[in-house]
Amino acid sequence: MSSVRVLVGTKKGAFILTSDEQREQWEVSGPHFAGWEMYHLKGSPVDPNRIYASQTSSWFGQVIQRSDDGGKTWATPDGAKVPEALDPPGSGNSNRFLYEGEVGTHQFYDGTQHPWEFKRVWHLEPSLTERDTVFAGVEDAALFKSTDAGATWRELPGLRAAKGALWQPGAGGMCLHTILLHPSNPERITVAISAAGAFRTDDGGTTWKPINRGLKSAYEIPDPTADVGHCVHRIAMHPSRPDVLFMQKHWDVMRSDNAGDMWYDIGDGLPTDFGFPIEVHAHEPETIYVVPIKSDSEHFPPDGKLRVYRSRTGGNEWEALTSGLPQENCFVNVLRDAMAVDSLDSCGIYFGTTGGQVYCSADSGDSWKPIVRDLPAVLSVEVQTLP
Amino acid sequence: MIRVVLPHHLRNLAGVSDEVQVTVASPATISAVLDALETSYPALRGTVRDHGTLKRRAFIRFFACQEDLSHAPPNAPLPDLVVCGAEPLMIIGAMAGG
Repeated sequence: MSSVRVLVGTKKGAFILTSDEQREQWEVSGPHFAGWEMYHLKGSPVDPNRIYASQTSSWFGQVIQRSDDGGKTWATPDGAKVPEALDPPGSGNSNRFLYEGEVGTHQFYDGTQHPWEFKRVWHLEPSLTERDTVFAGVEDAALFKSTDAGATWRELPGLRAAKGALWQPGAGGMCLHTILLHPSNPERITVAISAAGAFRTDDGGTTWKPINRGLKSAYEIPDPTADVGHCVHRIAMHPSRPDVLFMQKHWDVMRSDNAGDMWYDIGDGLPTDFGFPIEVHAHEPETIYVVPIKSDSEHFPPDGKLRVYRSRTGGNEWEALTSGLPQENCFVNVLRDAMAVDSLDSCGIYFGTTGGQVYCSADSGDSWKPIVRDLPAVLSVEVQTLP
Repeated sequence: MIRVVLPHHLRNLAGVSDEVQVTVASPATISAVLDALETSYPALRGTVRDHGTLKRRAFIRFFACQEDLSHAPPNAPLPDLVVCGAEPLMIIGAMAGG
């Protein structure tokens, strides 16, 4: 019998929720790393028992954790105690994220130039094919790669060469939060950065280009159609159609049918086109989900009603999904990495809120139930479908 | 042998339940103690001071003998009572937040 494992990162620790394919009864494990901000956890598609976690703190900085037994035990990939206080080369480097070459500057909130400073890892994306390869999207925005299961990291500096001096932080920081690996072409990677935009490499990460044509940010940057500077909140892709991308931007829900070369608006019919996450149904590549949020200053659902919106037509026709979700006095947010889908026959949709609820729909969004109600604020949700 | 008190989260990260002890050559300094600490417990690298610059992280403080040593030069000698093991060097997470 298949099962699902939901990896939840919160402001004060990580939680692992497991269930069989009915998704009715849940076992809750955690908090793991209690007291730490767990920005993201994600399992390897090659070895599902290998899970990476980004553990971070304003006090103690960044730590990378890895489990090789499905989250039962964890260790820093290169941080084991040295019995004789020897100093093996490279030890203790699994949280060493150093920018390559001259650090350079980017645009700061006030428009001045500001040096790049590493702050934290927002997103970990394990390779689709290589067990020991994993990518990390970090703040200040850059992409790092490890080929030794997280023990050491190297920046792919060509990304910051794509007009990095013009990038600027969004309200949450200048974070690289989306990493999409092409399912059959390992040379193609698409990333998204707040507030810089979307970027694509077609040579394995050596060179990158902005892919922001069609985006409009009228009240956010001086040139609303500039090459870079757009506040992309999230991009989603269905593996069967990797050239079709769906984007939740600061304002606007967008779609591209040519791998990001051109975007067009698909937000007609939504109560507001501001929001953070966007996801694609596991078996229906034209079925997408967003959670409309009132505005960029009012980070809660319109009218106090928590509604997931689903389009079965790839955009522009949306239906509100409300069954089981609070429809009054609800003022939580759903953050950009806090929505995921499983791949069971009846596709499951999951999302977590800043109020500490993790909701599951086992029927493609028609009805919802909370798995847990009272966790710390949820930063990220990932789902593993296990055989 | 110099005694070092770690904050709760760093004790968990290092896998220790109590204060730790490190040996450093004379003259004992905060920099030398951190070198020894990170050598014995590599998981602590980057958590007390920055990987690249070796600067103390902003929300980390160093106390010993009821004095704040956070802003002392990293290569300043530690107090004698710390060097002889009578008092610990305390690595503290700053009081920030409620």
